[in-house]
This record gives sequence, structure tokens and C-alpha cells, in this order.
Amino acid sequence: MKFDTPATTNPIDQLKVIGKPTDRIDGPLKTTGTAPYAYERHDVVANQAYGYVVGAAIAKGKVNAIHVLDAKAAPGVIAVITHENAGKITKGNFNTAKLLGGPEIQHYHQAIALVVADSFEQARAAAQLIRVDYERSDGKYDLAAAKDGAEKPKAGGFGGDPDTSVGDFATAFAAAPVQLDATYTTPDQTHAMMEPHATIAAWDGDKLTVWTSNQMIAWGKGDLARTLGIPKENVRLISPYIGGGFGGKLFLRADVLLAALGARVAKRPVKVALQRPLIINNTTHRPATIQRIRIGTDKDGKITAIGHESWSGDLPDGGPETAVNQTRLLYAGANRMTATRLAVLDLPEGNAMRAPGEAPGLMALEIAIDEAAEKAGIDPIEFRIRNDTQVDPEKPSRPFSQRQLNECLRLGAEKFGWSKRSATPGKVRDGDWLIGIGVAAGLRNNLVTKSAARVRLDQRGIVTVETDMTDIGTGTYTIIAQTAAEMMGVGLDKVVVTLGDSSFPVSAGSGGQWGANNSTAGVYAACVKLREAVAQKLGFNSADATFADGQVQAGNRSAALADAAREKELVGEDGIEYGDLDKKYQQSTFAGHFVEVGVDAATAEIRVRRMLAVCAAGRILNPKSARSQVIGAMTMGVGAALMEELAIDKRLGFFVNHDLAGYEVPVHADIPHQEVIFLDETDPVSSPMKAKGVGELGICGVGAAVANAIYNATGVRVRDYPITLDKLLAKMPV
Amino acid sequence: MKSFTYERAQSPADAAAAAARTEGAKFIAGGTNLLDLMKLEIETPTHLIDVNALALDKIEATPDGGLRIGALVRNTDLAADARVRRDYAVLSRALLAGASGQLRNKATTAGNLLQRTRCPYFYDTNQPCNKRLPGSGCAAIGGFSRQHAIVGTSKACIATHPSDMAVAMRVLDATVDTVQPDGKTRSIALDDFYRLPGETPHIETTLTKGELITAVTLPKPVGGTQIYRKVRDRASYAFALVSVAAIVQRDGSGRVAMGGVAHRPWHVAAADSEIPRGARAVTARLLADAATTHENAFKVKLAERTLAAVLAKAKG
Amino acid sequence: MQSSKDFDLSRRTVLVGATASAAIAAAPAGAHAKQAGEPALSKFSLKVNGTAHQLELDLRTSLLDALREHLHLTGTKKGCDHGQCGACTVLVNGRRINSCLTLAVMHDGDEIKTIEGLGTPDRLHPMQAAFVKHDGYQCGYCTPGQICSAVAVLDEIKAGIPSHVTADLNAQPQLNATELRERMSGNICRCGAYSNIVDAITDVAGSQA
Repeated sequence: MKFDTPATTNPIDQLKVIGKPTDRIDGPLKTTGTAPYAYERHDVVANQAYGYVVGAAIAKGKVNAIHVLDAKAAPGVIAVITHENAGKITKGNFNTAKLLGGPEIQHYHQAIALVVADSFEQARAAAQLIRVDYERSDGKYDLAAAKDGAEKPKAGGFGGDPDTSVGDFATAFAAAPVQLDATYTTPDQTHAMMEPHATIAAWDGDKLTVWTSNQMIAWGKGDLARTLGIPKENVRLISPYIGGGFGGKLFLRADVLLAALGARVAKRPVKVALQRPLIINNTTHRPATIQRIRIGTDKDGKITAIGHESWSGDLPDGGPETAVNQTRLLYAGANRMTATRLAVLDLPEGNAMRAPGEAPGLMALEIAIDEAAEKAGIDPIEFRIRNDTQVDPEKPSRPFSQRQLNECLRLGAEKFGWSKRSATPGKVRDGDWLIGIGVAAGLRNNLVTKSAARVRLDQRGIVTVETDMTDIGTGTYTIIAQTAAEMMGVGLDKVVVTLGDSSFPVSAGSGGQWGANNSTAGVYAACVKLREAVAQKLGFNSADATFADGQVQAGNRSAALADAAREKELVGEDGIEYGDLDKKYQQSTFAGHFVEVGVDAATAEIRVRRMLAVCAAGRILNPKSARSQVIGAMTMGVGAALMEELAIDKRLGFFVNHDLAGYEVPVHADIPHQEVIFLDETDPVSSPMKAKGVGELGICGVGAAVANAIYNATGVRVRDYPITLDKLLAKMPV
Repeated sequence: MKSFTYERAQSPADAAAAAARTEGAKFIAGGTNLLDLMKLEIETPTHLIDVNALALDKIEATPDGGLRIGALVRNTDLAADARVRRDYAVLSRALLAGASGQLRNKATTAGNLLQRTRCPYFYDTNQPCNKRLPGSGCAAIGGFSRQHAIVGTSKACIATHPSDMAVAMRVLDATVDTVQPDGKTRSIALDDFYRLPGETPHIETTLTKGELITAVTLPKPVGGTQIYRKVRDRASYAFALVSVAAIVQRDGSGRVAMGGVAHRPWHVAAADSEIPRGARAVTARLLADAATTHENAFKVKLAERTLAAVLAKAKG
Repeated sequence: MQSSKDFDLSRRTVLVGATASAAIAAAPAGAHAKQAGEPALSKFSLKVNGTAHQLELDLRTSLLDALREHLHLTGTKKGCDHGQCGACTVLVNGRRINSCLTLAVMHDGDEIKTIEGLGTPDRLHPMQAAFVKHDGYQCGYCTPGQICSAVAVLDEIKAGIPSHVTADLNAQPQLNATELRERMSGNICRCGAYSNIVDAITDVAGSQA
């Protein structure tokens, strides 16, 4: 189905199932521990052996020799895989560094060996017997030091142009009566999903099946085939339950490759989970940024010049963190520029983490806006409203499809009690606590991408959806079931959803908050096909037929849906494909984030007391699971603001705090009750579902709202994340 | 984890004798730290002596009005004991500030005392660490050292002791009761129990080979206002940046120990006498010889401000 | 500032065994294997969710791996294997512990309850039902641990065990959101369902009261 004109009224608009706060259909499985994750598939293949991964002990250099004889001789060991016996390995299209290192080592904890044994305990012990003779070479590990040598990255992909310019930024900024010129930093961060990357691999002749934990099935299948040098048709990926991803499981990772290699050499199925202390340096992370933001306004606080430059680093042939993109869209202003620069660093591979680009970009931009508003002497909400734009500021002929940012901010201000905020920082106290309130705007684009599904109707009237779409905690099972139920006119109890299998039609996958809108639109398209088949079978004109309550009706004639499949199952398969509506319209989601913090007057410990997000994100398919997406993202935003930082040893070139004790993410005690409000909105430009995403919008701006609240509480402006007590202490009020 | 053999000890003296007799033996009780380290082969015992069945899980009054806490009393039970809550509140508070509910249910009193450092270089077996591999060097010095010690450090090691409980026990002047392989028992004042790193950071206590902790004894209650204040980035389930254990009497006198600043719970007798003069004076004595890194220099000011808040709270 | 006297980064070649001792052991190849020896096995019994299981396992097997890999009770999750996340929480003799940081052999005769012992998809435990109702989970991986912990937390409050946030150590602890958040803090949820989890536990606690 081609979607190239805005949606008109369609069966989804009935909102009998869609739009209801439905409990997740996978809830009973997940809460009873019976939803099977990759490493747990004892049921799928017998005689599984255990793999244990050895990571490189140096950040850069080469392996002179790798001594595996002791490990091979250890009890229970079946095989040891290294670059010496792995055969030809081709780097995946989505990987920057090789998943099996050696002799060249590209980053710390790059996998260099897999030990396969009869038991986990044997594999783990034998892995420790491998000795490696390394030759270390010099590497670059310090972004600040590498910044001046950073270069312009190549254009394309999600990154956009490395340089943008409208009007005359330099002249306008120089002439502006109010000027802000400040530099902000965000640190390297890790996804820290709860389920480690894990895979069971089994070969049947030259056919390979992997039960794994992956957000993007088709990408994973393609890259696994490419990496091993085998035809795509010979690879099957199965990933029905994923214990969190956040971008960390978008790509083929070492667990999949090593399990496949191990199984090939061991001649039996092999299971591999990346050990937690290995994950942080072995896999991808959100790269650190240095961001310079300049904002010039007139005396009334209208932006006349806005410039945003960002520097980040990655391995050779890697990509930048695209932290400037939201600045091209969020506020008006005739003179604008952005620049993105990329330095070569020899740290582990940088890549996408929840809201790549916007999350760190807004952490900086929305502090800058707070600072500019203060310089202009204007309330920060009023400042944002005054600089709103309903069109793409770089191309005014191109409107936003929907843009209710001002409404988000106004409603949030009312609900949060913004009027009680002291405009002067450091004035509100509650016992030992200095209290502050902060706000930030959030923007995350709605990305449209093709997505397919197959829908079956059987003689019992059961509708079964098959798509390689994944549910990474996002609620996909449920919204797809709601979509199919709405389209076919049945209850949720008549719908079965099967996901995450590469033998199913290729979906959008889970990433970039594009999953919900695109995957349900694909199911919508398949259901349209199935409705046609049903109508034809039952002798209806499909355009006239309505599907409701398990019946199909047209005119004064009605038949049971199940009757259409009495003789033979009916199948509808189709996908959604998009025209150029995303070129004609800027499609984005918006939020107003409000945060109240307390800062301990003595120790400068920071604790979040209240949080509210007001979101405008198109039709909300399931307000219950959508709200969960937003509060989860807000929680990750608190982590980014207050504690998350991969500490780099700049001599040795690795992330030092590489486990869940060293890399702190928020715990229960860090998170207060969280409020989320969704504005009533449908966006007919986005898809037949009229929906957009929320899973990343929820993190966009949260960090800055926390930072601005801390400033409001203490009067201390910190521009380097995370905002920890040591950065406040010296300047705290006595 | 290396292979090991395993036995269940029948009595404390037998356990100690077995440990002395068997090369590479270690006691295991809660196991929450030991197994963590064994998985990484930071600890590589070849024989484990399970002491959980020993009758060392009681908290009993001593003849002089103190409390004798069995080595196997779980952290949860110690924190919840009515006598501890009433008379040794600083100990209850310190225990409850540590780890998580699950870990406190398993971790024992003796095991908590014997926790090893959480220095990330100690935990990464690819890196030099004099505590893990004597003579290999200290990667924390000049590396990521935000959590590390600021007093009592050496050129060989700047690790901290991670226990909260031990800081409270230090301020309470606890003693550690042990049995040795020959069956003899002794009591070690907590002040004498922990060593500073010096040239031998891998030797952390004054326990001898095979010696088994059987109890920790608290002197009779000293009253006063008892406060344990733990400062950390995350609100829970995190190790201290700085912690303060304080007992302050009505007359303004008191005792103070600190955690998160040294290789052992940090107490300086001369600092206690400065309490009436306030936090700055106390901290000046406590942290007199502070040697900080760029990353942990903030701990000096943090310690002073935290102590000031504690003393203010104690005054009421 | 301090500096290390004997840590020399300038050396170009480094010999690193993954173990602490390998780097100093100049042992000939093969010696390690002999030292490591065959794994010591142990026979013991685990009583899980009311059923006794006779096991003969490598002594090194954690309780978590005994459950997941040998009894195929995979509801208990391995998130970190180092006591840093709480996904492996089970109830042993009624108390919650991290099953990753204990050896299976140390639980001979203990009563172990896992998420599978609380309820099934058709017959949910009230805490499981409340998690569904309040959407107290997303990816589901930390969820069994959260639920086991939540059940234990309500018992701990009833038993009068204080927490870090209990204002009066000598009074019965309150059942409120602050207490629940502190007590649940050993269970990390990276999806960030905390706010909903506290709502779910509060719901169950209210209906029990």
C-alpha cells in the first residue's frame, strides 16, 4: 500500500480498540517468567553447548600470539574460536569495528576468542586459561584533545548535512543585543539494557538458525549472512522477546557471530551471552559530545541568530553523534547555522542510543535556551513560545504536519504549578533541601519507513498477524493486536500476534521511535488485503463492507467473519510504503518537560521530586503502554542528567566503570511519581494510523529540564553532564 | 571460576584448622562478595569451607552490658535487632544504607567486615593492581579515581574500603572476636583489625592464616545522638562517596568516623576532641594528610560539609 | 597528585592472561590444565516451588544457573551475574536473595520459591496481576525479580524490618511510596517502569491491609 496522500477516514478511526488503555497481551507471560528470551530456549534444539567470550585486554594494537592450548585441554572444552580458525569474516554493513578481533585490535574488550564447553562453568574457567601476547599501539581516547583535529563527516543517513546555514548567522549574532555563547558537554553513555546480548545458534547443514535478542531482524539477518559469507536465504533469526535494547541491539553483535562460529566448529548448538562486565566496552555506546551554542536575540527575546556546533568521536569510518539536528527545527530565527564534526577516537564503537542526536543535543540546547531567556529577562516558557515556528525555519514553505509545542508548554505550566516558581534562583527551601523547578522542550522527528505484515484468518475466526517486527518493551504486541482487531472487527481475544522471526514479512523494526506508527501501518495494509479477500469470499463489495463484532456487513446482509475461512484459511499480505509526504511536511513530535528537584544544602546531592511530560505525538494507539514508554524515557533522562557517565581511562583507552555497579543508572529511589499527559492529536500526514512515536520523545529534553531545575534551586549553572554534586559543591550557597 | 573442593565446617575451631591445613582454602558464608570475585578469578580459592551451619548467628548481651554479634548474623537481622536499633542506631543506619535488601539478607557480619574494595581496576583483571596482583602497579593512580581514597593512601594503592557497617563499628569501638587454627581465641580492636595499604595493599587485615571471625563485640551503649550519613550520587544501592558515622553527646563531645575516604574506616582520635569546635576543626584533623587526585579532591570539602550537617542535626 | 612508581605504560608489549595469576605464572603450557583438574561434582537436593529435585552438579554452579540451566526454570533472569541488578531475585526460606551470588550446593534442603512458584499465566498471583494492571514492566526481563522482591518487601514491612528511609528506627515502618522505592532499589529496571511498579505494589498492599 502506497501512502502518498494524507489519510482520510478509515476503519482505525472507529477507535473501538485502538486508543484504549489496554493491558499488554504479553503481560501474563512476562509477569510469570514464561516469556522466553534468547538464552532460555531449551525447547528449540537439543544438546546446547556453552560459549564464553574473551575480550581484548588492550585498546589498540595487535595480537602477536594467542595461546589456546591450555584452554583446549581444560575439562569439558569442545572448541576455542579465534581469528586463526574462524575462517573468513567480513565486517557487517552496520558495524564499524569487527565483531571478532585479531590480529588487529580496534578497541578494548573487542572479542578475540570464544571458548565452547559442555557447561557454562567449564567454558568460563577455560576462558581464563587463554593467554595473549599483545603489542600495544598508541591511540586517541580524549575527545577534548582530538576536537581541533576533528573533520567534517560525510553527509547522508540519519545525520543530515554536516554544515547548514541560513541567512547570515555571524553578522546577526554580532549585532544581537542579547547574546549567549556557551559550551556544553555530554559524556559517553551505555544502554545498560537488563538482558545481556544473547544468542543460541544451530546449524542444520548449511542452514543457520539463531535465537537471539535483536531489534532489527532484517538488518541482523543480512549482516549475519554477510559476515559469515553465506546466502541470506540460509539464515533465520528468531527474536520474539527482547529484554531491552535502546539502540544497543539494533545491529549484529559478537554474541550472534561467535555463537554461529562456535556451533560450526563444535558441530552442535552453542549458546552465548555477553558477560555483563564485557558488554560496555564490547558493544556500542552513545558517544560523548562537546557542543557550542550561540543564541542572539532582540530586546524582546526574539531569536535573530542561532548556531549550534557539535564535536564527537568514533573509530575510523564511524559516524558522528548528530546533536545539532533539533536546532534546525525547534525555534524560529532568520539567521542560523549548524556544524557537525567528527574526530577519530580509538574507544569502543559509538552508535545509536535512545533518541540519538536529539537526546544529547537537547541536553545542551535546552540549557542554552534557559540561559538565553534569563539574559533576555524573559520567563523561559514565554521565551520558547515567543520563538515558536509552525514551519521548517530553514524552508518556510514546508510546514510542520502538526506542532503543538506551545500547547504542551502552556498546559504543563498550568498543571505543574509553574507560576509558583521563583524566577530568582536559590530562593526556595524545604528543610535541608534547596528546591528548584525547570522546564525544557522536547522534539523528536517522526520517521516513516516501509513495513510489511501477513495476516491470516482461520476457520475459528482467529486473526493471526505475522511480521518480523519486534517488541523491545515498547508494547508492540499489544498495539499490533489492537490494529488487527480494529481492522477485522474482532475482539483482542481473537487476535494472535507473532513477531521477531525473519521468515515473516520485513517490518520497520524497533528503533528511532518509528516502530509503532510504521509497523501498525504495515499491519493495517495487510488487513486491508485480508478484508478484500474476506469480502470477496463472502460475496460482498469490499468497499462497502463493515467489519464489526466478528461479523461482516454490507447493506442489509451480514455474515460471520469466520465463515470466510471455513474451507480454507485466508491470508492478506502487504506493507506500507511512503511517498513524499515527509518531504512536503516536517513530521515531528513535541513535549514540554517539567521537573522539580531538591538539592541538599550541605552535600549538594540532587534528588528529583516531581516530573511531568506533556506530549503531542499524533494518535496515541494505547495510552497505557505509550505512557510507560514516556515515563521510561523520562527515567533514562534523569540518569543522563544526574549520574550516567562512562569514565574513560585516557591512558589505557577504555571505559573503566564497565559494569552495573560502576555505571550507575537510576534505581527506584531516584524516581518519583511521574505524570504524563498526551494532547489530543491525530496526524493524517504520518500514516493511515495517524500516529507518531513517543518512545524517544520521552527522553528528549528531560536532562535539560533537570539541569534547569538544579540551576533554579541553587543558582549554580553546570554545563557538563552528568550534574553530580562535586560540580556544585564549590559554588553552593553557604 | 576455578574448580574448588568444598566442605561444611562442623565447629569454628575445626573450620580454622581446616583453613590452615588446606592450601588455597577460604571460608564462605554469605558469599555475596567472594563469589562475585571468584567469577572474575580475582579470588581463586581451591577449597571452600562453608561456615553457614556454625552456631554463630546469635546476638547476645555481654556481661558488661554490650552486645556480642555472631559472625553469621545477616545484615538484615543485625539492622532490625531491637537492641541495635535502640542502643546502637548508628550501626542500624549504616547497615540499612548499604547494598540492597536482597544482599543484606545474605551478607553476614564477618563477611561485611571482610569486603574487598570496589576499585574498578581491582575488578578488571587486564589492568595492573597491586592489591590483586602484588607488584603489578596501580592503574587507579593517574586513572579514574573519583571514588578513591584521600587519606592513608600509598604509592601502591588508593583503594577505599566499601563497607558502611564497618564505619559504624569503628565509631562504636567494636572488637573482632576470632578463633585460630590451634583453637585459641582472641579479640582484635577494630582499630587494629584493618591495615593501611602501604607497600602491601593485598594484605588488608591483621587476621592470620586460617583465623576465623566468630563475632563482633560492641561495648556497652554510649547513648548520645547517633547518625550515619551516607553521601552518594544515586539515592540507593550505591557505594559512598563520603560517609560520616557520628555519636554526639549532650555536652557536645562525641566521636566521628568516616567512610569512602580511606583503605579502612577512618577515625582519628585527636579529631574527636575537636567536635565542640565544629566540622572544620574536626575535618582538619581527620583529613590532615589528605592526598587527593584531580578527580577526588572534592571529597575534602564534601566531608567537611557533610560532617557540619551531621553535627548540626545532632544538636537538634 | 600521586603517581604510580611501578606502573609503566610505555612498555610496548604486554602479556595478559585473563586471570590474575596467569601473567606472573611462567608455567609451561599444559600446566594450567592439570591444575584446573576435572570439576568437582556434588550431589544435593533443591526444593523449588514445593518440588524436590535431586541434582549432581559442578560445585561452581550458582543457584541461578541451577534453576535456569539445569531445572529449566528460566523465569529467574540473569542480568549481570554479579549482584548488581536484582533480576535473579528468588525467595529462599521466605527471604529474597540474589540467586547469582550463591552456590546451589549451599541450598541443600532450603525452600526456594521462584516466579514460577508464585503464579501462572492462567492463575496470576495478585502481585503479578497488579503488575499487568499498572503496566509495571516493559521489556519484561527484570520483571520476575521485581515481583519476587515486591512480595518479599511487603512481608519485610509487616515483620517490622526498618529501611534506610524509615524515620523512626524504633517504630513499625510505614507502608508508603518512599519506603517501597527504597526497599525496591536492589531491582534495576532500565526500561524505567518504577513509577508504575510502585503503583502496583501499593495496590496489592492496599488490598491486603
